Amino acid sequence: MLRIPQNIHDDLIAHAKEGFPLEVCGILGGTGDTVSAIYRMTNTDASNEHFMMDPKEQFSVVKDLRAKGVSMLAIYHSHPESPARPSQEDIRLALTPDVSHVIISLAGAEPEIKSCKISAGIVQFEPIEIIV
Amino acid sequence: MTITINGKETTIPENPARTITSLLEELDVSQRLYVTVELNGDILDSAAFVTTPVNAGDVIEFLYFMGGGNALFAQSRR
Repeated sequence: MLRIPQNIHDDLIAHAKEGFPLEVCGILGGTGDTVSAIYRMTNTDASNEHFMMDPKEQFSVVKDLRAKGVSMLAIYHSHPESPARPSQEDIRLALTPDVSHVIISLAGAEPEIKSCKISAGIVQFEPIEIIV
Repeated sequence: MTITINGKETTIPENPARTITSLLEELDVSQRLYVTVELNGDILDSAAFVTTPVNAGDVIEFLYFMGGGNALFAQSRR
């Protein structure tokens, strides 16, 4: 379960749309299973088909999360033209332990957001609850 | 000696031969090829991991690459 406030849920979709046709990426922070912060990150690959976060930004976010006493709950990225499920590359590069992977798909008529945990190559989707 | 790893002060045995590479091994960090290290505020080139010593008081941060996609490796990936 990943609980995402409505405003952050909306911002995920806005970020994906603003970045279209490129993939966008970012980090969600929070406590337990509840997201409380969104960090938009630079996709250094600037690609329609892949993403890579800037390590400098990653370190900055990790330190900010730590200073606020919250955890990294999820890594998100968009799929501009493919479904909201992790690709083989997404699975292979899901190296950060204990985080969810949130994918925002713009492939359909309406944006779709899904979340999953990926461990040792195994993908387990989890429900998203939007909270107000 | 004491160093700070990912924000936590940690005491480790003295070892003049310790490098970033051997520290990551000691910490049992898996998939080390995909780890980025910041030493005292500067990001280290991965080629320097094997020669960079770890000294008392060092502040070390490490994290995994965060990426993905459908295509082959991009140039920015190691």
